[in-house]
Amino acid sequence: MFPEFVNTRPLRVWMDEGLNWVVRNWGDGFEAAAYPSLVMLNKIEDLLLAVPWWLIILALAALAYGATRRFTLPAVVIIGLVFMGMMELWEDSVKTMALMISATVTAIIFSIPLGIVMARSTLVRKIVTPILDLMQTLPSFVYLIPTVMIFGPGKIPALLATIIYAAPPLVRLTDLGIRQVAENVLEAAQAFGASPSQRLFGVQIPLALPTILAGVNQTTMMALAMVVIASMIGAGGLGYQVLQGIGRLEVSRGVFAGLGIVVLAIIFDRITQAYGKQLQEQIGLAGGR
Amino acid sequence: MTHEYKIEMRGVTKIFGPQPDDVLAQLKQGRSKDELQAETGHVIGLNNVDLKVEPGQLHVVMGLSGSGKSTLIRHVNRLIDPTAGEIFVDGENVLAMSLDELRTFRRTKIAMVFQKFGLMPHRSVIDNVAYGLEIRGVDKKSRLKTAEEWIATVGLEGYEQSRPHQLSGGQQQRVGLARALAMDVDILLMDEAFSALDPLIRSGMQDELLVLQKTLNKTILFITHDFDEALKIGDQVTVLQDGAVIQSGRPEDIVLNPANAHVEEFVADVNRARAIHVHTIMEKGEFERCEAGVPIGACCEDVLPLFAEHDWVGVNEEDGAQVGRLTAKQVIKALARHSSAV
Repeated sequence: MFPEFVNTRPLRVWMDEGLNWVVRNWGDGFEAAAYPSLVMLNKIEDLLLAVPWWLIILALAALAYGATRRFTLPAVVIIGLVFMGMMELWEDSVKTMALMISATVTAIIFSIPLGIVMARSTLVRKIVTPILDLMQTLPSFVYLIPTVMIFGPGKIPALLATIIYAAPPLVRLTDLGIRQVAENVLEAAQAFGASPSQRLFGVQIPLALPTILAGVNQTTMMALAMVVIASMIGAGGLGYQVLQGIGRLEVSRGVFAGLGIVVLAIIFDRITQAYGKQLQEQIGLAGGR
Repeated sequence: MTHEYKIEMRGVTKIFGPQPDDVLAQLKQGRSKDELQAETGHVIGLNNVDLKVEPGQLHVVMGLSGSGKSTLIRHVNRLIDPTAGEIFVDGENVLAMSLDELRTFRRTKIAMVFQKFGLMPHRSVIDNVAYGLEIRGVDKKSRLKTAEEWIATVGLEGYEQSRPHQLSGGQQQRVGLARALAMDVDILLMDEAFSALDPLIRSGMQDELLVLQKTLNKTILFITHDFDEALKIGDQVTVLQDGAVIQSGRPEDIVLNPANAHVEEFVADVNRARAIHVHTIMEKGEFERCEAGVPIGACCEDVLPLFAEHDWVGVNEEDGAQVGRLTAKQVIKALARHSSAV
């Protein structure tokens, strides 16, 4: 047995009571702060549910065609989504899509500026990197419990948990993309008298865009990976079906909902990847073919 | 007094490292550069450099890699700040400028061409050429019009909408050159602009630059490690070694009187027949008109064939007036002068 040097009980008690205190006193404030994200999630969900199914399928197929200029991916999109509709999973898929999209949009809003700041300041990078490591490695249940305590079960903690898990790669890749911009191009911009903001928006961000898009791709994938866990605390959708399948030992329900998640993952992965490749080819970076 | 020079550097010293000022003080006490670099870990990029560039001159700074020539050119538009010294461009003290003034200065007074081109890969050729004007705030229509004209001047019509990576190295550098020329500024900085190009293309670009320079009459500071290039295009050549100016003068002066062993090494490999111009070795004065003649800008290589037929060859001004004459002996003397010394 590891000997007990100090009594750690007070620390545990302090932490637990501290959280309770936060929930009692600041719970409403937190909820108010997170309210806009809930509104966004609901709006996206309502919108996607209001649009007829064939229009969504067509729109995604068109996006797929625009990204690849070939008919393979649009065919996969149509077959996959029609399959999900036939398996009576349409509404759940749309809810999952909405959760993924809101998580990705929120992540983009916070991660890209953070990544840019990291690229410009070594100090910020040194501070933020371990936090990102923590966000990616900490088992999600550890932060699910406090968020559920603060917000109560529902969509908000589900969305938050998804964002915490899915945002880090986007921050990292934004930082990487900006730092990778060739020194000689930046120097040329400077020699022609470009101001820092002209350099950022005219040179660094456009050249980092393929890398940033790879980050968005990672974020969508990780958001989809979280849907089952998110459904445990109140997010509906395909994850909930999987959960029910497990609970009722209804293998078919779990399998088809799980396949639905895979279909969504394939669709969004291939579309974002293809757009990234297109951008790379335009810029003429290596690997664009 | 600064106005007679377009670019003037006085006692410019640049020391790279965490405590440049300490090292500078020691350097001023007369300690040697090698000693200081070994002892303090600082790198002395430039050591007390004086440089004067007259208006309309194509001034070449030549040196091997590590001689500090790229550091030097970056001081002129203050991409690098010196540790000590003064820099004047067009009579203005560059070092006294605020960041805002410096940006305005870079947007309106000076343009630069880079060894690695420094083109924006995400912009089309025409948008690259218009980049400097865009930064300056010129409206889209007129900047694209200007850009189009310069693209035509450097011979890239039809490539306006291409991306830089679709062009060859020589074409890319034409874009870089057009981008600098589109700024329509008096002063051009060219940092090893042709060094990354194939020899044939490089030679072609040099010729084109000389042709352009005849009509544009800009003040050009040109950096190179290629002595032949320096002799071919330079009105004035400054040789840099270990961050210090070794010799500065007209190309012939350097070929005929190299200042030290280092310069002599460059000179040894030079094709003297091409480097030495006839007017520097001719017998000046009025003589009876020779049957054969060459223009005043000719080099020894150009007159040699004429000696097969003639004993005397005249040197003529552009208006045709003869200003001097040459014999084969004089030419051979000039060409042989240093071969014996090497």
